[in-house]
Amino acid sequence: MISQLFTEAVLIGILTSGIRLATPYLFASIGEMFGQRSGVLNLGVEGMMLMGAFAAFYVTLTTGSPWLGLLASILVGTLMGLAMAVISVTFQAEQGISGIGVYLFGLGMSELLFKKMLGTVETVSGFRPLAIPVLSDIPIIGPILFQQSAMVYLAYLLVPVAWFVLYRTTFGLKIRAVGENPAAADSLGVSVKRTRYMTVTLGGALAGVAGASLSIALLNVFQQNLTSGIGFIAVALVYFGGWRPYGVLFGALLFSMVNALQLWIQALNIPIPFDASELLIMMPYVLTILVLMFSAGRVRKPSALGAIYERGT
Amino acid sequence: MTDLLPSGHPRIDHLEMRGITKRFPGVLASDHVDFDVRTGEVHALLGENGAGKSTLMRILYGLYQPDEGEIRLNGQVVSIQSPADAIRYGIGMIHQHFMLVPTLTVKENVALGLKSSRSFLTDLDKVAARIEQLAKLYSLDVDPDAVVWQLSVGQQQRVEIIKALYRGAALLILDEPTAVLTPQEVDEFFVILEQMKRDGHALIFISHKLHEVIQLCNRVTVLRDGRTIGTTKVEGTTKQQLAEMMVGRPAGLQPTKKPLDAHEVRLSVRNVEALNDRGRPALRGVSFDVRAGEIVGLAGVSGNGQRTLAEVIAGLRPATSGEVSLGGRNVTGLSPRRVMALGLSYIPEERMRDGMIREFTVAENIILREFDQPPYARSGFLNQAAIQRNSRELVNSFNVKTPSLETPAKNLSGGNIQKIILAREISRRPQVIVAAQPTRGLDIGATEYVHARLLEQRDQGTATLLISEDLDEILALADRILVICDGRIMGDVPRAEATAEKLGLLMAGVES
Repeated sequence: MISQLFTEAVLIGILTSGIRLATPYLFASIGEMFGQRSGVLNLGVEGMMLMGAFAAFYVTLTTGSPWLGLLASILVGTLMGLAMAVISVTFQAEQGISGIGVYLFGLGMSELLFKKMLGTVETVSGFRPLAIPVLSDIPIIGPILFQQSAMVYLAYLLVPVAWFVLYRTTFGLKIRAVGENPAAADSLGVSVKRTRYMTVTLGGALAGVAGASLSIALLNVFQQNLTSGIGFIAVALVYFGGWRPYGVLFGALLFSMVNALQLWIQALNIPIPFDASELLIMMPYVLTILVLMFSAGRVRKPSALGAIYERGT
Repeated sequence: MTDLLPSGHPRIDHLEMRGITKRFPGVLASDHVDFDVRTGEVHALLGENGAGKSTLMRILYGLYQPDEGEIRLNGQVVSIQSPADAIRYGIGMIHQHFMLVPTLTVKENVALGLKSSRSFLTDLDKVAARIEQLAKLYSLDVDPDAVVWQLSVGQQQRVEIIKALYRGAALLILDEPTAVLTPQEVDEFFVILEQMKRDGHALIFISHKLHEVIQLCNRVTVLRDGRTIGTTKVEGTTKQQLAEMMVGRPAGLQPTKKPLDAHEVRLSVRNVEALNDRGRPALRGVSFDVRAGEIVGLAGVSGNGQRTLAEVIAGLRPATSGEVSLGGRNVTGLSPRRVMALGLSYIPEERMRDGMIREFTVAENIILREFDQPPYARSGFLNQAAIQRNSRELVNSFNVKTPSLETPAKNLSGGNIQKIILAREISRRPQVIVAAQPTRGLDIGATEYVHARLLEQRDQGTATLLISEDLDEILALADRILVICDGRIMGDVPRAEATAEKLGLLMAGVES
């Protein structure tokens, strides 16, 4: 029954999973946020995540070291990001379409590599929960926040770091200027192309890490289409979060908490109307759409988002 | 005088551009142009649109590379490969469309692209202190912490100047700097420029407003079709002489007007109220009449309800109360199509956005209003022969310069685009014309052409409402002048009694 949800153990369970589940969204969304703040919409996040997830999984499986796996995902993500930058910044292809191309490439390529190099679904021992001394002993909060894996901590650490980079460094100032008025930035000697290359490549690296967080930390498996839409939700969360690091954090947490809730409802076999567990699975997505609907127009998106910049036009 | 400017940077005593030639595919934009500017002078660069002013200045600022010619700075030949090079040589540019990031603060805009004293961290406090110092030295009142989009246009221009001074600009290129300012802001701006001139800056003033050139500048170089027509001292030169140099034929004269012969009321606006795009009241009980055979000018500072009024009359925006009548018939709430069919012609303010379809051809834009009616269409089929014939006729009679009827409209100059709109709107023999900012951004030749056509319509008995922010234009054409401020008509002044001062006060909202 529904009252099953309201035991301390279950509530802690839901919150712990919620915190955990936000990990890939945080990596991917923060990375995407950098690209979008500089004016590049990268819809290829999902494909980059898949490639990153495979690379991390394969390297961890063969070397036994999740850290090497993480490194591999960063390398592969960086390359994917670089490819997206070449396509959309240098060759000035329509960003939405080229992003979908990059996604389809990542989807197909990771599946091909999976079949050729693994063949079957295996598990790997990835990042283990890492209890932080003292803090993890605090009742309730301890198990929720401080008995997670290194990847989870990294994801949350990324939020203030991203904020600092965006608002306190010259690089961040360039990013914000290039995404709002590239002509102005260009007239002051800021290279629009170099700035966008850096953000899109960074976004790719973080998308790769997001993939790794699935394959070697949260799930410890790799299979075809492992990410199943997380990369696209991550793009939506950037809008949801108003292109701000803490907004993205809020969005990722809200989404993941609702997701955790529905997973626990399923796990506890709580009866649902019409026996439709699909309705439950839809919950986080419906919620995202609702929040996007009602928050539309609340914050302005970067003015140059999606626009190709060429000097003198 | 020392060799340093108040900003602490060295002066540029003399900058010369010699024999500058720049070719673009199919166009010779600059043809062996000579130009020079010295410390302590304002040198005007005058010319029609397309005369090559911008190309020349873009070369000086490193945005383009010349195909021939050289730039000498204090006698030394220099190579300016990029804006960064230009900035290093002490050259700054204030672009016509401000190069500011609206979502950033003033200090962030100034700091952008500069090396920070804290390596990869921003040093905005230091930047702010230096901005305040420069603001004091040059009497440029600016708050470093303000976010740019909240500033007025005049303030934003000051930010642009500070940006250039901060980077050590000794020479400033001002690209049509007054185009976006109100008359009061222009006066304040000129005071600043006068001071910079006295302090030893070299200023290049690009404009096609002759009275400003005469008021502010020491020397003037006139360009036409990419060539230098001549350089002359401003002192002792008249507006007419400059206009003739610019256009290459007698120009710049006041259009001659026949005596007013007004008849019945054609357009009547009664107690109209309406909201703007943001849902705020933009018109607060506007009433006036326009009669056949007269031009009524609507003067006012930008953003006081002019655009809303034009859109309400054209049926593009609903009135929340009040009534608009056309030829005695109430047209309030009718669709634009119905209003136009009843004899209204509309020349919209944003000609590229509302006046035409950029990607469509010249011919398609000419028939845009009546494309589905004979002779252009029958039973739903376009009659290409009639379209070609009529649009060719109109292109010829309105002097539209276009490679062909099939050229996309976006490839034409602003003046030719406005001629296409005029051709479409006037050839319908309208009862009433609403012309909003009909010459904004047009050169002298095109402006004179538009004015002549509007006066011709007046003499033929059309009722015209001329909405303009250019007082000179209103004074030249209108028989009667309405002044709008904050959505209210502040005054209705016959032309004979109108002076710039009187209208200026009404525009500022001072009751007469």
